[in-house]
Amino acid sequence: MKAAAFAYARATSVVNALELLGTHGDKAKVLSGGQSLMPAMNLRLTSPELIVDIGELAELRGIAVTGSIVRIGALTRHVDVLKSPEIAANAPLLTEAIAHVAHPAVRNRGTIGGNLAHADPASELPACMVALNATIVVRGQAGERRVAAEEFFKGIYATDLSAQELLVGVELPVASTNSSYFFHEFARRQGDYAIAGLAAQAIVEKDIFTKLRLVFFAVGDRPLLARAATKLINVSLTPEVLAAAMIVLGEELDPQDDHQASASMRRHLAKVLLARGASALLCRPDLNAGGRA
Amino acid sequence: MTIASANPEILSELDRPNSYIGKTVPRPNLERLMQGRGLYVSDMELPRMGHLVFLRSPHAHARIADIDTVAAKQLPGVIAVVTGKELAPVITPWVGVLSHLKGLKSAAQHAIAIDRVCWQGEAVAAIVATSRAVAEDAAEIVRVEYEELEAVTDMRTALDPATPVIHPSLGDNLAFERNLDAGEVDTAFAGSDEVVEADFIFGRHTGVTLEPRSVLADWNAAEARLTIYQGTQAPHMVQNIAALHLGLGESQVRVVCKDVGGSFGIKVHIYADEMATYALSKLLRRPIKFVADRVESFNTDIHARDHRCWGRIGVGRDGIITAFEIDDLTGIGPYSMYPRTSAIEANQVVNLVGGPYVTRNYRARARVVFQNKNVMCQYRAVGHPIACSVTEGLVDLAAAKIGMDPVEIRRRNLIADNAYPCASPSGLRFELLSHHAAMNKLMTMMDYDALRAEQAELRARKVHRGIGIASFIEVTNPSAAFYGVGGARISSQDGVAVRLDAQGSVICQTSITEQGQGSESLTAQIVGSVLGVSMERVRIILGDTDNTPYGGGTWASRGAGIGGEAALQAAKILRRNILDVAAAILQSSPNELDLAGNAIVNASDGSPRMELRELARIAYFRPDTLPPGIQPELMATRHFVPREYPFAFTNGVQASWLEVDTDTGFVKLLRHWVVEDCGTMINPQLVDEQIRGGVVQGLGAALLEKCIYDERGQLTNANMADYLVPMSGEMPDIDVGHVVSPTSETELGAKGAGEAGTAGAAAAVANAVNDALRPFGAVITEIPLTPRVILTALGRI
Ligand SMILES: Cc1cc2nc3c(=O)[nH]c(=O)nc-3n(C[C@H](O)[C@H](O)[C@H](O)COP(=O)(O)OP(=O)(O)OC[C@H]3O[C@@H](n4cnc5c(N)ncnc54)[C@H](O)[C@@H]3O)c2cc1C
Repeated sequence: MKAAAFAYARATSVVNALELLGTHGDKAKVLSGGQSLMPAMNLRLTSPELIVDIGELAELRGIAVTGSIVRIGALTRHVDVLKSPEIAANAPLLTEAIAHVAHPAVRNRGTIGGNLAHADPASELPACMVALNATIVVRGQAGERRVAAEEFFKGIYATDLSAQELLVGVELPVASTNSSYFFHEFARRQGDYAIAGLAAQAIVEKDIFTKLRLVFFAVGDRPLLARAATKLINVSLTPEVLAAAMIVLGEELDPQDDHQASASMRRHLAKVLLARGASALLCRPDLNAGGRA
Repeated sequence: MTIASANPEILSELDRPNSYIGKTVPRPNLERLMQGRGLYVSDMELPRMGHLVFLRSPHAHARIADIDTVAAKQLPGVIAVVTGKELAPVITPWVGVLSHLKGLKSAAQHAIAIDRVCWQGEAVAAIVATSRAVAEDAAEIVRVEYEELEAVTDMRTALDPATPVIHPSLGDNLAFERNLDAGEVDTAFAGSDEVVEADFIFGRHTGVTLEPRSVLADWNAAEARLTIYQGTQAPHMVQNIAALHLGLGESQVRVVCKDVGGSFGIKVHIYADEMATYALSKLLRRPIKFVADRVESFNTDIHARDHRCWGRIGVGRDGIITAFEIDDLTGIGPYSMYPRTSAIEANQVVNLVGGPYVTRNYRARARVVFQNKNVMCQYRAVGHPIACSVTEGLVDLAAAKIGMDPVEIRRRNLIADNAYPCASPSGLRFELLSHHAAMNKLMTMMDYDALRAEQAELRARKVHRGIGIASFIEVTNPSAAFYGVGGARISSQDGVAVRLDAQGSVICQTSITEQGQGSESLTAQIVGSVLGVSMERVRIILGDTDNTPYGGGTWASRGAGIGGEAALQAAKILRRNILDVAAAILQSSPNELDLAGNAIVNASDGSPRMELRELARIAYFRPDTLPPGIQPELMATRHFVPREYPFAFTNGVQASWLEVDTDTGFVKLLRHWVVEDCGTMINPQLVDEQIRGGVVQGLGAALLEKCIYDERGQLTNANMADYLVPMSGEMPDIDVGHVVSPTSETELGAKGAGEAGTAGAAAAVANAVNDALRPFGAVITEIPLTPRVILTALGRI
């Protein structure tokens, strides 16, 4: 379990990194925290000819709040997001979710940029980006482009990034004071990738959802912004309304089968998450009917 | 039987002043390991050492048509590429059978496959290079042409006439069958008020040691001697087997076992790739190192527990169990493992089912079949978790059927604490067990009645918690009955040599080995106690066939009970020898003297007479001052093997308290209790941690661990992300209590404690899950109890 031989370059600037990627294209791989890339190389699932290590690029690291935008640099490590008071104040969903990403040792190295570029459909962070309406900031030799999170994730390990581009950061709108959030995932062990998860952001007025973004993960090839949420907005929620939303959810999901769960089990668990999420966000324990429509 | 710490007034060999026995003291090797100064095989580098990588079969069953190694051999850094055919002249094949397991058959296995591969992961070529990375590069360009054969994967159809026979010369795929019929089973069932039956299904799992299997073999052609550095539990067994198959005398093979990062029975076997490593060192006349990587560990470390066991139980309305009957089926892969064989687990299941209970009526059949999957063999608590889950699952089903509390039905059937010695229907002899005392203690520890009340109250609020109980027996301290009588050269005796050095410290060589369980500690505690020497002055040497007495090593919960007794007896001889010399120097009599506080003291009042270092100085440097005829013998050796009982049985009971989320099928473990009886405890902390570690492995089996094969014999989760080992986040607090019934076969009185935790944990969890699900009428007799299994049983998916 040793990686095949590869060349290594430590990028001295973003421009330098982009030059290297421009020259080597898909024969090169960006190295951030290495927590997904190195295991894959050691298993020889991927054998890049060149590693472009961007670890020194301080300009890509850090969290800043300007006006109504929270900007997180691509190289910001999971642990720094987890401990950031700015994130806790302005995007508390992310603070809660990132505690479910792996274990402390992995969070000490792994980066948000690497995580989003990797685009594991079972990962918490892409779902949070969609729930939070984030913008992904991408730079190529031609300049910068900004992609809505909803458009960024294209499938299993697939994103809108080209081999010549670098993910440089994400921008989140500051959560409005009357918003609330819900995060829950079902994982066999703490730190494991989820079997099914839900990241949700809502505005509740007088016990009614006026805004609701429900993003399910690990139940499809990318985070799913559920249409089922529209069934729950601006209505007084009853078990019947919830049941109708579950039916919509069941139809829009296309989950995969794997060792942990069959497609039907994932559908079931997503419905449980929907019920639990709605119940928690509205503080209505009576709605938690455990996915039984 | 006594409850721990009762009768303090009876002073024995074990209760000497300043005795370490029965005390929690830190392990002497802790500091070294914590400072990163352990020495594992993968740390070792020898001059001219080659790194070995195996090219392994991607098919479960295939004929090898051709192997082309030309390109690989030309890669810079490659030392050799060797096929099975090329290695065969150096090392002979083997057959994993033992004569006391009547009818057991297996086929000849080669170090590297020659013309056929029988499981995915079997080695087809060895690549030796200057680094592991280069060897892996070369492995990618070895071309092997396979003709795929039909793979036999489902144990249930392995014996069907339509299924191909894996080894045609054996006639069929049946490796072993055992039948037992004791008492009057049919009459007993006919006379039972209720008869309940179930199919119990156990997932295949494996040991997942932190340190993978590793071996460094160094053939010294000038000396005609092979030194094997290996993380093994049984150095003398490795010496014997390596010599036998390389055509050497045992004196030509030295096995050195430094630090070992966990074994759990995984490292007590002889693996084909290890044999190939020894042979390659001889062939290439240089040191060769093989360290399994994680993927090949999953594909080649022995698996265990893949059983399907039908069982039934008869019971009267008064709760008296009338009979047990089982039919067990297990698939062991394509070969019976060498040299301990793969029939032992099924054999143990037959031996152990019903073991804690009084009924004499018991019928069992066990069949062991070949399949094209990785080999299966003995792993921590061999057979016990199967037997315990079947027995305790059936007892709970019977209790539910007659509406009796699970504790009450056990109390009515467990062998009485004053009924010993006695024997089980399968012929196991019990010297002294304490089932009822253990159950009583458990009830107090867990506050059973309060927990039942809490469960009822929560159930009303739709919170579904369950309590599961599992009584068990455990085989420890095996005599020659385990392997020796079947013709295996696996010693059941152990030896210890102790000597006083010139400054009054003690050096102790023992044939038991250390893999993290505390063998060094317990040996030092015993020797220090007997010699009145502080533990930091006792140095333990183990794991070296050149430098320790001959013995079995550490497995089957035997280190403390057998190796510990040898240490006790050797230290006693040395003490007598020391006191003889002391009496001569002090013009006293040996009876009036004793050893304490690193000194010779008066036996009567403990007042010091002479430092031990002073005695050593005189003995070694001024013997001329001793009276004539006194020759100090400051080294003593003793060996020990149990002779009266084939095994020292222990017993105990476990309980699990957990919550099932009936919407998701997730199980949350809330608390786990164990009461066990391993006889004399040398170091209570080591016992507790053995129990806890064992429980955690049992909990892994209950909820998480499974080697998942597809129908073509491909292991589909051979990595740490998909094969789920238990981790601390999900583990409950584990409370451990003790009842102490020493064995009178030894002066030490210690039985084993290494496997008790694993024996009963899964059974307790399964019973607790079923207890939680009782309102839903669902009964699950399959582990691991995954969310999918639970949701399916609840009809939710
Ligand atoms: C044991 C373990 C458990 C884990 N559990 C979880 C979990 O529960 N949830 C979860 O979300 N993740 C989990 N992870 C993955 C972890 O979050 C990684 O940190 C993350 O997926 C990748 O981040 P990284 O910085 O390590 O990226 P790297 O491994 O360095 O790179 C990952 C990929 O992204 C590319 N890349 C990296 N940075 C950029 C960039 N700036 N621009 C363009 N491409 C880039 C790389 O070329 C590579 O293809 C786990 C990892 C481990 C080892």
